[in-house]
Amino acid sequence: MRGITKGYLIKRLTMLVLTVWLGLTLMFIIPRLAPGDPVAAMVSRLSAQAGRVEQSEQMIQAWQERFGLDAPMYVQYFRYLGNSFRFRLGYSMAYFPTTVEEMVMRAMPWTLGLLTIATLMSFTVGIAIGALIGWRPTPRVVRTLLPVSLCFTSIPPFMLGILLIYVFAFGFRVLPFAGAYARGVSPAFSWAFVSSVIQHGTLPAAAVVLTSMGHWALGMRAMMITNAGEDYMVLAQAKGLRPGRVFWMYGVRNAILPQVTALALSIGVIAGGSIIVEYIFTYPGMGYLLYQGIVNNDYPLIQGVVFVLICGVAVAVFIIDLLYPFIDPRITYERG
Amino acid sequence: MSNRTTAAAVCEVRNLTVHYDVSATPVVAANEVSFDVYEGETLGLVGESGCGKSTTAMAMLRLLQTPGRVAGGSVNIAGVDIMRLRPAALRDFRWRNIALIPQGAMNALNPVMRIEKQLADAIAAHADTGGRQALRARIGELLEMVGLPADVRRLYPHELSGGMKQRVCVAMAVALNPPLVIADEPTSALDVVVQRLVAQSLIRIKETLGIAMVLIGHDMGLMAQLTDRVAVMYAGRIMEIAPTDILFKAPLHPYTQQLIDSVPSIRVKKPLRVFPGGPPDLRNLPPGCPFEPRCPKAITICRGETPALKACGEKQYAACHVPNTNRNNI
Repeated sequence: MRGITKGYLIKRLTMLVLTVWLGLTLMFIIPRLAPGDPVAAMVSRLSAQAGRVEQSEQMIQAWQERFGLDAPMYVQYFRYLGNSFRFRLGYSMAYFPTTVEEMVMRAMPWTLGLLTIATLMSFTVGIAIGALIGWRPTPRVVRTLLPVSLCFTSIPPFMLGILLIYVFAFGFRVLPFAGAYARGVSPAFSWAFVSSVIQHGTLPAAAVVLTSMGHWALGMRAMMITNAGEDYMVLAQAKGLRPGRVFWMYGVRNAILPQVTALALSIGVIAGGSIIVEYIFTYPGMGYLLYQGIVNNDYPLIQGVVFVLICGVAVAVFIIDLLYPFIDPRITYERG
Repeated sequence: MSNRTTAAAVCEVRNLTVHYDVSATPVVAANEVSFDVYEGETLGLVGESGCGKSTTAMAMLRLLQTPGRVAGGSVNIAGVDIMRLRPAALRDFRWRNIALIPQGAMNALNPVMRIEKQLADAIAAHADTGGRQALRARIGELLEMVGLPADVRRLYPHELSGGMKQRVCVAMAVALNPPLVIADEPTSALDVVVQRLVAQSLIRIKETLGIAMVLIGHDMGLMAQLTDRVAVMYAGRIMEIAPTDILFKAPLHPYTQQLIDSVPSIRVKKPLRVFPGGPPDLRNLPPGCPFEPRCPKAITICRGETPALKACGEKQYAACHVPNTNRNNI
């Protein structure tokens, strides 16, 4: 009766594949609608640098064969789909012999590590602040002081990032300002490496947490206030339950439901990295990779990052859809 | 309906006054309300919307939401003045001594908790549950008492109908066998068939458990069926209080008379009388009797002097300068 049926699971999986396919197709079509030929553009760039390129005609042809651009459009399309589903994202144009999947695989752990922790922290802290502000029995002092912690929300993350670097990296010199780990340390599961990673991650994570927790707090506060007027809250008080129980099981438990959906979406977006924060801290994650792709006109790289982003959001929404009936019993997939 | 002169009062409300601080001069939503509820008795509290009956009930539970506050008076339940309890003692006192059957059953249960858990919550907060098995048995017993199958405990509120939810609330209210239950319009927003089921479960808990009840509502038919005594409220004041049969046969207050006359009857074909005017604006009450502007029998003194509630017969009290004296029929 309650929970997830097999039919629903199949339907939902089909939707997941369709979403990714639609994203891939759009990514295939849009660059091809733009005028010009990427290989010709590349060769002309080379010739502009070198003054003159011998046998540029043959070169263009060779490159087009190499990238498979000589095949008919539909062949290119199916090749592209097949490669994408096997996670073959092609060669980077700017770093030619390197493949995009290699670059993505190298950047992904940094972004996932940094931003997953930062997002979860921001969610937890923001929700806690919002819940306390929106809860009438909270002591007045706390309710007056807590909103102060949200002032960072009005500062854009790049400004806050620069500010943090200025204060903590150049001013107090307590934390490093760039990279993911110190140069002298080699990546291994050792204390030196782990502590270096934590040190390097602190400032970028702080920039993300401080600027985004206000949104969670404000949303949560609004839900708590709406929720406080519900009859079950009055009844919970009438039952003489401990305030903590009313707060958690009757207040927060209901007010948090819409926030969980929003969390799933922002977890999905994490896969694409945070361009501005990663750029400011030269953090070698997905956002920095995307930035590099854009400045170098590295189309395969951009496509690769966007592909990962699409997959991330689709998978996150898929997972939250499966989890939701357990969070909110009113949601069932009986009739799929 | 039986003789209650010897019964002890489980609840004494004295001069209960509730202010809503919405402007410089507070709105008086309940004005010097006093009444007793005797052991095992059901007292009806009737009146139009906005007359202060729900406000009185919430004040008795100390559950008024701001800007409402109790400005004076006392509520003694089982010998304890609930207005003087400190928060922790108040928490202990609630549900064990005074329980609530809320107005909007649709929303009165937490949507993310199973029925079982919500009943268990109320029990575990105040008593030793005696282990999981005993608790489960007790919950099943409570649900069956209000005519629900014991399996209902495994369900979530959205899986129940409105009437079932309301009966769950009834079961929850009697879980600790409190001396007093306040039922705030327990049958409003339900269709008549379901109303009947809920009314039956109220009668059953009253008869089998002997719990005293304050039943709030505006349905005079339901009042006639369920209550032993009725208090009629108007503009935050009690206008008349009398045993139900006497009140219906020979109301003293012109307002009570109007309330009774406005109930259509199937058996006796009479023109439906709708009375002009609405409930008074509490921010701007007329001097003297608040009912005077709508009263067909008003005389000069009614405009100048607010009548006090006084005995006008055995066990019958009315706040009126010109009470109905045509009492030949009793």
